[in-house]
Order: sequence, then C-alpha cells, then structure tokens
Amino acid sequence: MSDDRTVAGIKTALAAQVQEAAARYPANRSAIMPALELAQTKFGSVDGTTYQAIAELLDVPEIWVFEVASFYTLFDRAKAGRYHLRLCTNISCMLRGAEEMLLELQRHLAVQDGGTTADRLFSLSGVECLGACDKAPVLMVNEDYIEDITPAKLEALLAALKREWQEQSAEEGAA
Amino acid sequence: MSDLVLLRNIQNPEAPEVAVYESTGGYEGLRNVLRGYTPDQVVEAVKSSSLRGRGGAGFPTGLKWSFVPKDSGKPHYLCCNADEGEPGTFKDRILMERDPHQLIEGMVIAAYAIGANTAYLYIRGEYGLSIRRCEQAIAEAYAKGYLGKDILGSGFDLDIHIHKGAGAYICGEETALLESIEGKRGQPKLKPPFPAVAGLYECPTVVNNVETLACLPHLFRRGVEWFTSMGPKDGPGPKLFCFSGHVKKPGVYEAPMGLPLGEMLEVYGGGALSGRFKAAIPGGVSAPMFPENGFDVKMDFSSLAEAGSMLGSAGVIGLDESASIPRVARRITEFFSHESCGKCTPCREGLTWAAKILRRIEAGEGSPGDVEQLEMLCGSIFGKSFCALGDGAAWSLGAALKHFRHEFEALIPAQAQPVQEMRLW
Repeated sequence: MSDDRTVAGIKTALAAQVQEAAARYPANRSAIMPALELAQTKFGSVDGTTYQAIAELLDVPEIWVFEVASFYTLFDRAKAGRYHLRLCTNISCMLRGAEEMLLELQRHLAVQDGGTTADRLFSLSGVECLGACDKAPVLMVNEDYIEDITPAKLEALLAALKREWQEQSAEEGAA
Repeated sequence: MSDLVLLRNIQNPEAPEVAVYESTGGYEGLRNVLRGYTPDQVVEAVKSSSLRGRGGAGFPTGLKWSFVPKDSGKPHYLCCNADEGEPGTFKDRILMERDPHQLIEGMVIAAYAIGANTAYLYIRGEYGLSIRRCEQAIAEAYAKGYLGKDILGSGFDLDIHIHKGAGAYICGEETALLESIEGKRGQPKLKPPFPAVAGLYECPTVVNNVETLACLPHLFRRGVEWFTSMGPKDGPGPKLFCFSGHVKKPGVYEAPMGLPLGEMLEVYGGGALSGRFKAAIPGGVSAPMFPENGFDVKMDFSSLAEAGSMLGSAGVIGLDESASIPRVARRITEFFSHESCGKCTPCREGLTWAAKILRRIEAGEGSPGDVEQLEMLCGSIFGKSFCALGDGAAWSLGAALKHFRHEFEALIPAQAQPVQEMRLW
C-alpha cells in the first residue's frame, strides 16, 4: 500500500490505471467506481482527498465521486482493520446460526458490528447475502470466502490470522 | 440428471478454458448464428423459443429484444446483469466460476441480435472468482476471434467490458444497474422510457441475466424445437434451482420446470434438516412463501404466479419446524429495509417501520394491533414505488403474516397496551 495520500500523490499513483478504466466507457463519470476501487486497493480506504484526486483525474465534479463512495458498501471510507470479517447474516446463513455467530464474534473480539479492534487487526461487519447460501454460514476475510463456518472453525481461523499477523510483524521487525 | 445443459461442464475443473469449452460444442451456437441468421432472425428464433428471463421477473427475452428500435441512430448496448444478490440465490456465480465461456458466447449472440457493439458485464464486487474467471474467458475469446473486430469473419464487432459492483442489492434492478454503470448511485428510474428505448447513456439497451444469456448457445446449437421440448410451453428450457436453508443437500441443481415444490425439496434438497418442513420460499426472498400444505404448487413461471408467488430467481429456501416465521420475516424485512435505495418514501420509511415492529414482536415486546399495523404497512408499500424492491418486501411479509399469523400473535404479550394508531398514507 502506498503512503503519499496527498491529492498529487494519489493522482500520480492512479493516473494510468484510471485513464485505462475511463477508456472503457463513453463518459468519464462511468470510471468513478473503478477509480474508487483502484484507490482503495492502493491506499486501503477512500476519503475526501481521494475524491478530489479522482475528480481531477476524470474532470468531473467532486460531489459525484462522494455520492458514489457513500452509496456502495464495499467502499471503506474509514480504514478497516488488517482483516475485514464480513459475516453474512441473511436468511440462509441465519437459518444455520449466523446471527448467533455474529454475537459470538462481537464478544470474542470485543467490538460492535461495524467496528474495528483496538489493535486494528480485525474489522467486523454483519453483511447481506454473499451468494454462497449452499455453504452457509459464510464469511469473507478480505476478498476470500470461508464457507460452512462452525464455531470451532471460526476459532481456528481467528487464531490462524493472529498468528499470521504476529509472524509478519516479527519479520518486518527483523528487517 | 444425465442430460445436463447449463451445468454440463460444472464438474470439469478445466471447463473455464476455451479449448475445453470448444470441445463440448462451445461456440458452435455462435457460429450457427453468424453464418445463418440475420439479427432479426435471431430475435424471432428467441421469441419462438418462449425463453423467459431467469433474473427474477420472467419477462420474455425475445420480446424484450424486439423493443430495441432499428434505426435509432445511436449506439446500442447489451448489459449482462451478474449482480446476483437475491438472498437464497447463487446460480449465476456457479455459471461464471465454472463455465464462463457459456456466458460470453451467449452475450455475443445477444449483442448481435440487438445490434450492440459494446457490452458490459456487471458483476457484483464480492464475486472475486467470477470476475477473474470472466476476465480470463474474455481475454481468451478475443484471442480466438470470438470477440473484437470482425468476429469469425462475419463483419460483426463486439467489445465486452466488466463493470464491478460495489455492494448494493438494488443494482440488480435494471435501471439502477444502468445508473451504476454510468457512475451514479444505483437508484431506479421510473419506466417508461424502458431501457430498450432509452437505457445506458440514453441509448437503446438490453439488460439480461447471466442464466438467460447462458441458455442462448444451446438454443442455437440444438434448435428451437429441442429447447421448447423441455418444461412448460409458456416458459420452457433448461433451468437452475438453488436450494438452501433447512435442507440436507444445499446446492445448485438443473431440473425441469413444472415439478411440485415439495417433491423438489425432497429429491434435490434432500429433505428437511430436522423433522418436517414448515414452509418454503420458492424464488428468493422477494417471493412469497408457501406453508407445507401448499407444497403441491408446480415450480414454473405461470403456476407460481397463479398461486400468488413467483419463480423469481429460483432460490428455494427450506424452513423446517425449528424455524421461527416471525424471525424469518424480521430478517427478510431488515434486508429490504437496509437495501432500499431511499428514493421512494413508502419503501424507505415503510420498511424501516416494519422492521422496527418485527424486532419488537420478536423481543416479546409487541403490542396488540402490531400484526394489523404490519398488514397496513404492506398495503401502503406495495405498488407505490418506482421499482420492485418494496413490492417484494411487502409481498413476502404479507405471505408470512397470512400463513403464520398465529406465530406472530403468540409472541405478543396478552396484557400489552396497544400502540396508538398512526396513518401516514
């Protein structure tokens, strides 16, 4: 992830890919969603500076960018934790215990639905249908689907993610 | 299940590769079309196949195409709706992940029929694997001459671009989907004008579902007669059904339309997870549920419509004896309330209010009159918004209240004071 989150820094980082996205459409406005996604991938979240940079790159009013960023739930306007857990609680997952699991996760991580742990390791969101109802309950960890969740599987997953983070932190510390 | 059509490649992990797809008859339908049909003849063939849309509304596909004007002087667009989000539905994801060329071939055929040289494939952002598989399939199709300039020497050009959604159920509504591609919030627009006349960038546009488009290669490889020999006359062809919830064997199954709901729940769903079924939702959560004594309803477009529900997205959700219907209704209503785009007051306010009442009933804090209040709300939401989101919400809640009123009333303490009645509309 890049660090220079000034308007100029964001523009430099995204210019080529945003122009490439814009070329797929007859109107620049259509490239707002792809541009926001590119920005989020690069910087981890989107904010006012991002909107201004995208507006300038696409030559569209900044409010158009904000309107889109604030409408779609996959755009993170606050930086999520290292692992964003999105647990589906919709009907088919609910019927197989997802709501109870969400409560359990809230207790275990000591965060509310939509919150991030104090160590910034986990964000937790109860979300709507993820389209994997045959593998209910289903959880997304960042971009990956984890299927057929059970309490035991959940516990093992959290432990594994914590371990992964500790190992990476240790490596970074050593480097 | 020996003669699978849409799912014939589903068990082959190499099916996403173009050579493997070709070896099973892939792109033959497209070759037939480009060699032997004018665009009008393609539209006529699809009309005579009686293919109906697999996205939810079940509109006749050929008829939809025929509304595209011939001489608009504007570019035409094809959009594939892969923003699958109706709870209980996961068939389009399977089609894109396991057999993406089937969809790409269908898109080329549809684009040729409506005279579109640009097509957008709108895939929900969460479907990472679907996006990657379709990107790869599109790249292979360009390399093989199935996309790009002068496709298979026919003189027909087509570019397909993927547009990723970003987490909004409402973008599965066709006018909202088009707004989203234009780079706006996904808020539905009043129809008319219909997209066929003024759609994407105010140009003639057709929006078709993944499964609908995936039917086309087979239709043009095996013929209209073969197609219409499957299932009911007024809406034939191969069909996918998704089973989830309280069933023993959740999954996507290809089955003929017209089988009774109860039989499908046993044969494909594997029966109830515990005890007996209490109810089932036949076509995603927008479709009103059937109690167990209504399980003889046939699973096809017309039979379900006559029985007061719909085939919808064919997402069948089983509810066994352990299910609390007020809880199910609360969760479904919360979903619609959360996904309401906020444009139309009855949907935005009505669903917020209904969810609030359902939450207090479930918590044992309901009041006498709450059930009537919910019924009043259903009537005040249904048919009073631009799109079908509010309709689906009111329709499904209404069925839960109708068939399982006793379960709601049983949760309301007898001595509770009624809340003061308030009428907004």
